[in-house]
Amino acid sequence: MTAAIDALLPGEPVVLIDADGARTPDDAHELPAADSLVQAYRSLVTARRINDQAYALVRQGRLAVYPSSHGQEACQVAAAQVLGEDDWLFPTYRDTVAAVLRGVDPVGVLVLLKGDWHSGYDPYEHKVAPQATPLATQLLHAVGVAHAAQLRGEPAVVMALCGDGATSEGDFHEALNFAAVFGAPVVFFVQNNQYAISVPLARQSVAPSLAHKGIGYGIPGRRVDGNDVAALLSVLGAAVQRARDGEGPQLVEAHTYRMQAHTNADDATRYRADDEVAAWERRDPVRRIETYLRGAGLLDDATAAAFAAEAEQVAAQVRDGLNTDVTPRPDDLFDHVYARRTPQLDEQAALLADELAAEQAGE
Amino acid sequence: MNQKITMAQALNQALRDALHADPTVLVFGEDVGPLGGVFRITDGLTAEFGEDRCFDTPLAESGIVGMAVGLAMNGFRPVVEMQFDAFAYPAFEQVVSHVAKLRNRTRGAVSLPLVIRVPYAGGIGGVEHHCDSSEAYYAHTPGLHVLAPSNAEDAYGLLRAAIASDDPVVLLEPKKLYWSKEEVDLTAAVPGIGRAVVRRPGTDATLVAYGPSVPTALEAAEVAAQEGRSLQVVDVRSIVPFDDETVCAAVRSTGRAVVVAEAAGFASVAAEIAARVSERCFHHLHAPVRRVTGFDIPYPPPKLEHLHLPSVDRILDAVDDLQWEDA
Ligand SMILES: Cc1ncc(C[n+]2csc(CCOP(=O)(O)OP(=O)(O)O)c2C)c(N)n1
Ligand SMILES: [Mg+2]
Repeated sequence: MTAAIDALLPGEPVVLIDADGARTPDDAHELPAADSLVQAYRSLVTARRINDQAYALVRQGRLAVYPSSHGQEACQVAAAQVLGEDDWLFPTYRDTVAAVLRGVDPVGVLVLLKGDWHSGYDPYEHKVAPQATPLATQLLHAVGVAHAAQLRGEPAVVMALCGDGATSEGDFHEALNFAAVFGAPVVFFVQNNQYAISVPLARQSVAPSLAHKGIGYGIPGRRVDGNDVAALLSVLGAAVQRARDGEGPQLVEAHTYRMQAHTNADDATRYRADDEVAAWERRDPVRRIETYLRGAGLLDDATAAAFAAEAEQVAAQVRDGLNTDVTPRPDDLFDHVYARRTPQLDEQAALLADELAAEQAGE
Repeated sequence: MNQKITMAQALNQALRDALHADPTVLVFGEDVGPLGGVFRITDGLTAEFGEDRCFDTPLAESGIVGMAVGLAMNGFRPVVEMQFDAFAYPAFEQVVSHVAKLRNRTRGAVSLPLVIRVPYAGGIGGVEHHCDSSEAYYAHTPGLHVLAPSNAEDAYGLLRAAIASDDPVVLLEPKKLYWSKEEVDLTAAVPGIGRAVVRRPGTDATLVAYGPSVPTALEAAEVAAQEGRSLQVVDVRSIVPFDDETVCAAVRSTGRAVVVAEAAGFASVAAEIAARVSERCFHHLHAPVRRVTGFDIPYPPPKLEHLHLPSVDRILDAVDDLQWEDA
């Protein structure tokens, strides 16, 4: 089945609530229901708090590194909120918050960056794949998981996340094409935060937009203001519904901004100007929805305070978890390489055990 | 002229000098332009030589290496950076099927004077995919030169030699040594590709190491000396081509050898070295050649890496096992 090009073209970015917190004149899209917007705000407050807490913990040496999604929280919140329990999320290293909002224990998500192990949660429990660091590779896994559900006749949808830079990798293109050919229920969600470490979007692509990249594969593209959680809920929600209805994959590009450096190891002043950062500060996703909700009478001080307290609790949980030193278990090195340890690994584990015993005995 | 600089600065200087010396040298990769690379190896090069000579590419390793092949076919000498060891894997197809083979496929009509720089190996508390010792993949692929410097002076010399080479070179840069400061003579004769060196004289046994394991081997030799045992340390430097002559002469002189490397030991460069030494030095050996390597496991997370990496103690235990008559 071939797709008509008009149906694939991404329109202008969808904005439902503008940077000042006012409802835009866009009447092609309905505003999500009030309770869903309040829920999104509540998650945004927690999301922001997790980002800032994790960033502080890096400075205290409790985390090796933290790629913060500060500024991108609306994308994180919406990606998690539009999914049902049986759907899957495929996050990257920057999507800690999305994984937490899907229900994964925050301390578990941060295990990778704390350095105890490569991943700190069971992917099947909340249907969240391990966070992917090799760029774009997870997108093909997402297609496979979606196709498996499809083969079994299950209604699950897969939300696959990546950044603007990752759209240059070959795997991104293969994933889009595979998803399209197999009609797999995948939503490819690109958080275009304008940079891949120091490299600006202009060096990744001269396409009219990243969402246009779907056209060549027969996948419809959509663009959305990545700091407007209402628009994100609307666009991503529709993409998920469409995939669930058997209409195949979609590519959604959100325009947003990484307010902090790539990680704490990076110095963003080397490649971007302060006034650019300041301009995006004015488009802050948390303040925007808060202004709207207060103006619409959907949020009062007491509720806002309750949400802040809830976020504070999560932050405390994160602090406690990361301030707890876990004694590494040497056998973990050897236990999970294969389903069963090989004789060679038995030998190596024994060598290490001998060494550690000798060390203990004070040799 | 001696100066105290880091390996990172030595590599930066090598690129700068090469860009000056030869207008066909190009430097490109991810974040190597205005940022100067995540390890700052290309710091200042875009400012000094312009966007045409040192530039950022779209984020795609296969694209970077594939385009380097074309540039090399058409008159340039590309020096590309893979951001980390494990992020070079998307370029594997280009490396093994094209970079390594074009000369052979064309009976020598096409040579590929290109350099693939790879910050590699562990010991920096890095999370997964940032600490791989990937030398065996490259060393096992005929057609590639594979180099691994262990200090700033060699890093400079080997990178200059790699850029001057008409064969493709994979330069493995031990990232844990990037910031160690050393006295360096940048005007010293470039060691050249294919030459090992005896780093420390010794008479009782020989430690053979390369890249990040050389400082560990030297430290082990220092400790052994205090315990009355004289260990010689050979720095392989050039994994491919391998300097059988220097390594075997060293081992024959002591009659005992331990090969030290971070990579998993199975089917590894350390395994190859042990086999070569055993074959060539059999009649001089008092004990089987031992290997001290990483375990046969994926590179562990930061909190466990110290258990995995070859340590001074593990090296000295292996030395103790070399069938000493007086033991
Ligand atoms: C295959 C691969 N190459 C290089 C890297 C190193 N790296 C990590 S993040 C990053 C930039 C990614 O940019 P983008 O996709 O825009 O995501 P963002 O970090 O902005 O969220 C790079 C180059 C990697 N992780 N994987
Ligand atoms: Mg980005």
